Amino acid sequence: MLLHKPVYFMLTALLMLTLACGGGDETASTEGQAVETESYFEVDSETAATVTGTVILEGNAPRNPRINMSAEPDCHGLHTGAVRAEVVLVGEGGTLGNTFVWVKSGLEGKKFRTPSDSVALDQKGCIYSPHVLGLQTRQKLAVSNSDPTTHNVHPLPKINREWNKSQTADAPAIERSFSRQEIMMPVKCNIHPWMRSYINVVEHPFFAVTGADGSFELKGLPPGTYTIEAVHERFKSQEISVTIGASESKKIDFSYKAG
Amino acid sequence: MHLSLKRLISRTKPDEELAVVNRSLHRFALVTAFSTLCLLVAGALVTSNEAGLSVPDWPLSYGQWMPPMIGGIFYEHGHRMIASFVGLLTIVLACWLASVEHRKWVKKLGWLSLATVILQGILGGITVLFLLPTVVSVGHACLAQLFFCMVCILALVTSPGWQNRNEDRSYTLPNEGVFSLRRLTIAVNLAIFLQLILGATLRHKAFGVVPHLVGAVTVTLLVVWIVIQVASQYSDEQEILSWTLILNGLLAVQLLLGAATYWIRHVTEFAPQPLPPMVALTVAHLAVGALMLASSVVLTFQIYGRDGRGIAIRARELPQMS
Repeated sequence: MLLHKPVYFMLTALLMLTLACGGGDETASTEGQAVETESYFEVDSETAATVTGTVILEGNAPRNPRINMSAEPDCHGLHTGAVRAEVVLVGEGGTLGNTFVWVKSGLEGKKFRTPSDSVALDQKGCIYSPHVLGLQTRQKLAVSNSDPTTHNVHPLPKINREWNKSQTADAPAIERSFSRQEIMMPVKCNIHPWMRSYINVVEHPFFAVTGADGSFELKGLPPGTYTIEAVHERFKSQEISVTIGASESKKIDFSYKAG
Repeated sequence: MHLSLKRLISRTKPDEELAVVNRSLHRFALVTAFSTLCLLVAGALVTSNEAGLSVPDWPLSYGQWMPPMIGGIFYEHGHRMIASFVGLLTIVLACWLASVEHRKWVKKLGWLSLATVILQGILGGITVLFLLPTVVSVGHACLAQLFFCMVCILALVTSPGWQNRNEDRSYTLPNEGVFSLRRLTIAVNLAIFLQLILGATLRHKAFGVVPHLVGAVTVTLLVVWIVIQVASQYSDEQEILSWTLILNGLLAVQLLLGAATYWIRHVTEFAPQPLPPMVALTVAHLAVGALMLASSVVLTFQIYGRDGRGIAIRARELPQMS
């Protein structure tokens, strides 16, 4: 009987390992299928306010480093010229793109409905597009592969559940969601280590990602006092407190220093 | 005449055969040790190229024995292939030792090496399936170093030189006080292994660089202490002196590599991908660290398996000579 103990132990360990491994996908895929029976906060369109603004980078913007795809012909062949990382996206007048702007505080206790449409993240030219994106908690993220090569999609969350899924050239989109709020969660491809994107998961719909013109708009906000935060992967975060009245529109600008 | 020749043959042939077998076994153990060093380098390449999760499944890669070797898959699957080869070598080595080796502890070490390489493979699989949990990844890195030491010990103790030296079992081990060379070598083994753990935790982002720097200072002081003691007291013990100098030389190279690795990681902080010089320096730093631990272990074996009586006599004679 004693001789059998190690065997039982090994079988139990194997069973636990199998359950643990097999359970990952199931849990992750049902993260977005929360039963929506709760009461949601509805913004009164008559009093809804707007916060707009621009993100500026002062000083000489650092040059984005060049990506070397030469070791990967499938990726290299998709580009005609030099490819640079999309870290610092600067427009005319020093406007800063790829900055995530969101309402960090002021909406506590309010629950917002999860949008039914999904947010797209594509892998094109062995680059993630867009480089920075935002979505609501439990909203679907659809990751597609437009490249003629295999990628693996690997978010690196600190709060949400981590996952890693390969996607061949002709594979359908991977649909996943995140259940917890998390800002600037990196996503990477371990096959092509230069591929990096940032996902921002927010509990409400008041967020924006700046384009090259650095502008953002947070519309439909209920009147109140809010902390608005701008987050950039290189220049980190800044906060501005703003109070807006009913139907009011306020402009705030964020300014980073390039040094 | 015939009878005496027969007796001679019957007496010498088994010895000759044994010698041939041992030489082959020793060579095989050397090949296994070298392959293990290559495996360590391959593992370091996986981490340095951030390719650890480029293959999301295990034990197969993308459900295949041979996936397309693109990008990070080349490093990850290449690591798995070399690991399988080393596993195969270890099976053969353990079985070979079991069949021809007369020292029980060497046989046991062979089986322990096999158990270690199997456990190491499972840890590697768990690392992939559970998305690089720090504890498992660090454990995988450290167990690799231990396994490398085991096969290095097997390569050493199967060498004809080692076996001839050990024939006289009447010798006692030297023990010259609290700070004896023996104790120092044990301390340096532990310090180097701890330093390798700290290096792995730094690599897998569990701790910062400060503990690793403290470890580097500790190892340096201990190795320098050993060098001084060996040079002053045992300079005519060729093998001990040689291995001490090898350890010292590796330490010098390792310190330079460590500084260079830290510098290049700092200057390439914003690089979009792991750059070849950074990868090369980091991998070299890891490989030399493994060689340092192996050298330290071999030195320990040289000291413990040495003609203790001779050392002890010389140690006693030293004060009189001065």
